[in-house]
Amino acid sequence: MADRKIDPETGTETTGHDWDGIEELNTPLPRWWLWTFYGTIVWGVIYVILFPAWPLVNGATSGILGWSTRGDVAAETERVALSNADMNDSLVAVDLAALEENEDLHRFAVQAGASVFRTYCSQCHGAGAAGVQASGYPNLLDDDWLWGGTIEDIVYTVRHGIRNEDDPDARWSEMPAFDGILSDEEITAVTHHVRSLSDLEHDAEAAAFGSDLYLDNCASCHGDNGLGDRFVGAPNLADAIWLRGGSQEAIEAQLRAPRHGVMPPWGERLGEAEVRAVSAYVHGLGGGERPASE
Amino acid sequence: MIDIKVSFPWTCETAPMSDAPPLFAAREPIFPRRVRGTFRTLKWAILIVTLGIYYITPWIRWDRGPNLPDQAVLVDLAGRRFYFFWIEIWPHEFYFVAGLLIMAGLGLFLFTSALGRVWCGYACPQTVWSDLFYAVERWIEGDRNARIRLHDATWDARKWRLRLTKWAAWLAIAVATGGAWVFYFADAPTLLVDLITLNAPFVAYATIGVLTATTFVLGGFMREQVCIYMCPWPRIQGAMMDPGTLTVGYRDWRGEPRGKGGIKRRQEAAAEAIGGGEAKARYGAAVEDKDHAAGRTARDGSILGDCIDCNACVAVCPMGIDIREGQQMECITCALCIDACDEVMAKIGRPRGLIDYLALDDRPPSVPGDTADVHPLGTASDDAAPSAAAADWTAQPVWRHIFRLRTIIYTFAWAGIGVGLVVALFIRPEIDLTVAPVRNPTYVTLSDGSIRNAYDIRLRNKHGEERPFHIALRADGILRIELEGEPDLTVDVPANETRLQRVYVTARPQDAAASQERSDLRFWVEDLVSGERAYQDTIFNGRGQE
Repeated sequence: MADRKIDPETGTETTGHDWDGIEELNTPLPRWWLWTFYGTIVWGVIYVILFPAWPLVNGATSGILGWSTRGDVAAETERVALSNADMNDSLVAVDLAALEENEDLHRFAVQAGASVFRTYCSQCHGAGAAGVQASGYPNLLDDDWLWGGTIEDIVYTVRHGIRNEDDPDARWSEMPAFDGILSDEEITAVTHHVRSLSDLEHDAEAAAFGSDLYLDNCASCHGDNGLGDRFVGAPNLADAIWLRGGSQEAIEAQLRAPRHGVMPPWGERLGEAEVRAVSAYVHGLGGGERPASE
Repeated sequence: MIDIKVSFPWTCETAPMSDAPPLFAAREPIFPRRVRGTFRTLKWAILIVTLGIYYITPWIRWDRGPNLPDQAVLVDLAGRRFYFFWIEIWPHEFYFVAGLLIMAGLGLFLFTSALGRVWCGYACPQTVWSDLFYAVERWIEGDRNARIRLHDATWDARKWRLRLTKWAAWLAIAVATGGAWVFYFADAPTLLVDLITLNAPFVAYATIGVLTATTFVLGGFMREQVCIYMCPWPRIQGAMMDPGTLTVGYRDWRGEPRGKGGIKRRQEAAAEAIGGGEAKARYGAAVEDKDHAAGRTARDGSILGDCIDCNACVAVCPMGIDIREGQQMECITCALCIDACDEVMAKIGRPRGLIDYLALDDRPPSVPGDTADVHPLGTASDDAAPSAAAADWTAQPVWRHIFRLRTIIYTFAWAGIGVGLVVALFIRPEIDLTVAPVRNPTYVTLSDGSIRNAYDIRLRNKHGEERPFHIALRADGILRIELEGEPDLTVDVPANETRLQRVYVTARPQDAAASQERSDLRFWVEDLVSGERAYQDTIFNGRGQE
């Protein structure tokens, strides 16, 4: 190291780096700093022994403490499940009609239900529960219910689902395809009549012609005045809400080749407490109905 | 040839194998001597006041009524609340804390531009606690010379006894320091009992443990190393000081050439010095006092400056530096060297202030014996007789360095934020209301064709008892308001809590609000007990163009 450069002012060696005549001194590091550095190495070795560290082909070394983030989550989940156990038991036991009177339990159910909803329901019904009209996923925020809007009705729907083969108790709606049964003119006429039921723009003459066809073909499910029938899941045709669109084209398309909503049964997958919780949440979204006796 | 040299920390003190300098250096121990004087007294006063504030504050009580803590200063982390005497800061009012932090930052700028590193020298916790630890050390182990002897002594019974006593005393201070900290976060008397009976939460013990360790190590062993190697402030301050900033410095034009010359005054030398303008060059034009003008002479007869090279300034320095070498990053401007030098100047009958608070631009235009490498910031030097300009020179008074445009601007900015915070404190609403329109979806069509919007209203009750709040609506058209679960439009908010209330607003199909894309809406909230009202404006979303 013959080419060492010494700074004349301080007597300290320079690194040889030079920026516009300013040279960098190679001042010795404080020794405690080095000890601190060695300390971190020792810490690292201990850490590697105690905790998961080296990546292997399948997984990683587990460390002698056996700690893992998944284990933490499992423990936390277990802890929460344990602390919620009492509430869940009460929720399963409570009379659904009286749930709202029990404020604490109701709040618990709604909050738990919100989380269940986001996990299992939002894929179709949307995170805000507004549904997707283009796909026929119903809006759960309004006051129109295909199968009933009391909490008991909602619990049944969630538990057994709709039009699925997995649950014999599933709700089942059926509408025939009228393409071929009715002529094109007849389908257009019925559509005009249907639109007249909710005061939408229509051809009065065609609607009058369609009226008889409606009574013959549709009224058995949708009712003479188009109010629908919740027992068979027939939608109300006289209100402002259209599951699959209220335009002339949309209604005609539904007449020719109806699409039917399908929902899986959640009773076994979620368990009674979660079914009730998510139902309480949906019931509280703004359209929940009270039993008629109230 | 590749020259690899492995250096281990334990090899530092042995002679290097080659002529390469060591990569690592051990800390040079520092044994500051006791000193008395103005600045030492000031530092003791600040130490007592700051430590007093730190230790006593959590124990001050403040009655806030039922359900609220009666501790004057309390950071309630679990309740997300900060109590400061009559002020109560909620999380959404954190801008008060941000404002205080900005004021602290600006205050640091202000003090640095006016007085240099006065924070480092007097108020920094590292300085205050190191000072306290040094005092304990001096009390147990003796003053500088005794401590140097003890340091060099072998580890016999006496050394062990002194060291263990000192460490025990430090540890006691450290525990008290860490212990006082946690009292800011919980009711102090309750926590103290819990701590003693081992019922306090683990985090309290852990915090005390960590702060005890840091206080013990940083105050007892790291000391000036913290300032030199760990703290960014010494690096930042260079950008904040200017030549007009007051800082601790050495009047080299007065002190040099230094030397242990004859202290005996010689009238002839004095007369000669006055005649040659020497005294004026050294002390400034204002100095006419014959006493001040008396020169010192070395044995060879040459005239010496006032510095007798006694090293008192070095011996008292807690940073282990020689202030006579000029501005240094290590200097925390604790001013103890001023006290030490003043003491010496008094003994030899010279005016005080050879080392003093001065600004770097406060130097005579040309000074005797000035050379570039002693005065890095000095003006051009020559050994010629002092010029007339030097004889007319007078140092600027201290206040001229403090009241400068720069410091005045800082002061106004600082005070402006302070006034703003106080005003904000007085005009902040008693009712806290936030309205969050639900945007997923923006509106819902109901079966009769009416349009419904949902809003999440958050109401804070800052009082110590439950309060009913009435929620009302004001809009141009007719809109219906409904509160989920509250048919009478009144919400009871529990004491000291925030309540979330879902509100539905509905427009009938024939109303303008239903067909318009957006219309304005105002929520009014009234505290039914105090009658206070607050409002917030928001938007109602309609069908719009379809």
